[in-house]
Amino acid sequence: MKLRLRQPSVLPGFGLTLGFAIGYLSLIVLIPLAMAFLRAFDLSWDQFWQVVTAPRVVASYRLTFGAAFLAAAFNTVFGLIVAWVLVRYRFPGQRLVDALVDLPFALPTAVAGITLATLYSSNGWIGQYLRPLDIKVAFTPLGVIVALVFISLPFVVRTVQPVLEDLETEVEEVAASLGADRWQIFQRIIFPAIRPALLTGFTLAFARAIGEYGSVIFIAGNLPMVSEITPLLIVAKLEQYDYSGAAAVSVVMLVISFILLLLINLFQRWSRLQGGAEAMP
Amino acid sequence: MSGSTPRAASATTTEAPLIRGALITIALIFLTLFLFIPLAAVFYEALRKGVGVYLAAITDPYALAAIRLTLLSAAIAVPLNMIFGIAAAWAIARFEFYGKSVLITLIDLPFAVSPVIAGLIYVLLFGAQGWLGPWLAAHDIKIIFAVPGIVLATVFVTVPFVARELIPLMQAQGADEEEAALVLGASGWLTFWRITLPNIQWGLLYGVVLCTARAMGEFGAVSVVSGHIRGLTNTLPLHVEILYNEYQFAAAFACASLLTLLALVMLAIKALIEGRTHRQQRAMLARETS
Repeated sequence: MKLRLRQPSVLPGFGLTLGFAIGYLSLIVLIPLAMAFLRAFDLSWDQFWQVVTAPRVVASYRLTFGAAFLAAAFNTVFGLIVAWVLVRYRFPGQRLVDALVDLPFALPTAVAGITLATLYSSNGWIGQYLRPLDIKVAFTPLGVIVALVFISLPFVVRTVQPVLEDLETEVEEVAASLGADRWQIFQRIIFPAIRPALLTGFTLAFARAIGEYGSVIFIAGNLPMVSEITPLLIVAKLEQYDYSGAAAVSVVMLVISFILLLLINLFQRWSRLQGGAEAMP
Repeated sequence: MSGSTPRAASATTTEAPLIRGALITIALIFLTLFLFIPLAAVFYEALRKGVGVYLAAITDPYALAAIRLTLLSAAIAVPLNMIFGIAAAWAIARFEFYGKSVLITLIDLPFAVSPVIAGLIYVLLFGAQGWLGPWLAAHDIKIIFAVPGIVLATVFVTVPFVARELIPLMQAQGADEEEAALVLGASGWLTFWRITLPNIQWGLLYGVVLCTARAMGEFGAVSVVSGHIRGLTNTLPLHVEILYNEYQFAAAFACASLLTLLALVMLAIKALIEGRTHRQQRAMLARETS
């Protein structure tokens, strides 16, 4: 039997569109990305290991992944509340609030960066109230978290919202008539239904926050070992013409990002199997 | 997302008024702190020194050059990724073939790659010490620290936007109408223009809006390949950075406010499209149930 690469169809254009898509993707994305890996292997294994485990680099991983994780977790909690309020309740200005949730997707990261840095500086709108409390945000790891919360804010809201909208209230009514209180209904019925979407939203927010650069560099102060994120370290290496070193650190980040991407796809497949809605980017 | 069917809020499917009020308050405080205050601050800082300073900042020759470059790179990147998105969605949503899920994952790759790395890979490829660097230098072609590099970096970060909108949409719509047109004798192109394109127009517009917003606002990737040459390779977001680092805060926020206005326009278009598709869905549901 002849090996068939695709199932037959009357529609035309398979070869043309698939060929174009794969060719374009290879030229723009795949071949250039492969270069980063090849370049990193200019180094011997020992050199590579030395570059990617240098104390300053390790400190930057800790900050990048730690701050991204905390920001994503923070957004998971508050994003769930925002999604819940937008779907279940009615209040004045709701449509506007709903539309503005996407602002961090549309706002250039550099604009977010300079705005947050200004707001949280010691005499900024928010910073001046934090100063008496001895909380420093600008130029500290806390500033990194604030910037990452901003840029990853919409993910959880937008993945959970459609699932909440599709949820049948009949099941809740049945549970209530059987004597369950609201908290039990949330725990036993609503939460299991939105859990896949929450996880997807968390992972998307986490992945986005790890790679973030523009919004962070303005507020972080970029002190080596303290508030220097990994993407900035890559830029610093590049500016010193240390191409191989920059490629090596990038490879570590890329591998971790690929693993996360794989997880996102698994979560999405899982949530589809559970009857959840498609997650948006 | 907005304008969902109003729920019959019976006592059993909603919370006590106190909890309801508390949750709304928490959500609004969170959004105020992280969204509304920053949004207001951009315009406040931009206009703080007066309208004169504002206008001077955005009509500065360097600012105008930056605006031109930003528009140029978006004008190249968006159509390219639109064609790619349509082609990829046609292949993925209309045919069954081996490796489809791999292809979908690869399209998402630029979302998972840090913008800085997106810029870096082009430097490694085309930079002075890059793989093609010596050849390019010999032929006097500049890509890195020049406009082509900025366009390439912009294309890279915006690859997935249109495809990601169209693939689920076209999968959900199915191929019945196109198959019918072809069986009735229409050519492939005619089918595409008369059937497919009208069916996907709103999804396509949505993808293009997202793609444009990102293309004009991209910072990290463009920053790495730009070289920050004023008047030549500065996009508007990079211009904002330079002004901010020179402590010209009012000017920096004036340029930032232009980008913010652009973001708000994108959000408005998005809300309009969503309102439209919601109405269409409800009309379809009403027809099916009646």
